[in-house]
Amino acid sequence: MTPEEISNLLRRTFGDAIEEVVLAGAHPYVVVQADRWPEVAQFLRRDRRLKFNLLRCISSLDLLPDDKLAAVYDLCAVPEATDDKPLVCPHEFAVRVVTNRGNPHIPSVADVWETANWHEREAYDLMGIVFDNHPDLRRILCPDDWQGHPLRKDYVFPKEYHGIPGTTEHELPSPRH
Amino acid sequence: MSWIDNRIEDGVIITSLDWAINWARTSSLWPVTFGLACCAIEMMATGASRFDIDRFGAGAFRPTPRQADLMIVAGTVTYKMASRLKRLYNQMPDPKYVMAMGACTVGGGPYFKHGYHVVKGVDLVVPVDVYIPGCPPRPESLLEGLMRLQDKIRHQTRAKDKVALANRDKLAPLTV
Repeated sequence: MTPEEISNLLRRTFGDAIEEVVLAGAHPYVVVQADRWPEVAQFLRRDRRLKFNLLRCISSLDLLPDDKLAAVYDLCAVPEATDDKPLVCPHEFAVRVVTNRGNPHIPSVADVWETANWHEREAYDLMGIVFDNHPDLRRILCPDDWQGHPLRKDYVFPKEYHGIPGTTEHELPSPRH
Repeated sequence: MSWIDNRIEDGVIITSLDWAINWARTSSLWPVTFGLACCAIEMMATGASRFDIDRFGAGAFRPTPRQADLMIVAGTVTYKMASRLKRLYNQMPDPKYVMAMGACTVGGGPYFKHGYHVVKGVDLVVPVDVYIPGCPPRPESLLEGLMRLQDKIRHQTRAKDKVALANRDKLAPLTV
């Protein structure tokens, strides 16, 4: 299916839950309401026309000027491994879920795609998005006692960690680009 | 011919204790296998047949720090890894030596400015004997660093070293 057909199908099925459709560019996506996201995810995974069985990646975005955080779910449908056909994506699509920067909560889809488990932990660790109903929401890369979420744009670099001094150029709290 | 020549029985060797101990230590530096990032690839190349670190007696990479004299910190040290590194260092028996291999361990390297998680030089965690710059250093550099470390060991002495005693507290590594 083309991205246009997929977005139309989602619009017809979920109506208001689809807040925005962006088809321009190389990475077409829809914006889904955070509280309706699990049922949309179930539909994307189970529907016979879509069958998005592979969650390739969860990217998290820091939309600092809008005071928002977002998670982008990069989906792809691959045929079953038993098929004789080569493993190519018949279709791919992306879903964006936007949440508040102050109190970021997105429902977890770890029960829909197993892959989401670690990816959501990473997004939580580095961007601070809390995934509700996640089976095991702990930090995955940083140490458990790490302060803050490093990939946020307003993150302040640690000056010291367990007695090891840390510095940035010219003693700034975070690097300037 | 000096006064000592031709005075000793055949089969007797005369040397100084310092020289003998330093010779033994210099020629059997066993490194602990401690590769953290891409520098470890160069360290492996140094151990393999083309460069052959065994020519210097330092080819017995030990899987446990308790059997090792030398820690080649090869790669990026993160804050999370620093406590493990410190523990491995503490498990090594004395005398122990540390080589900081590569830009990351020398001073943070490419992560100095933007790496929120990278220790800005492994000498903030453990005392370092030899620094080897490069990103990553070529095996020749590592061998050169090893030879400089061997030079350093050759000049050690068992006699009381007043400078070392006075600086003992300053040299104590930071606690992690």
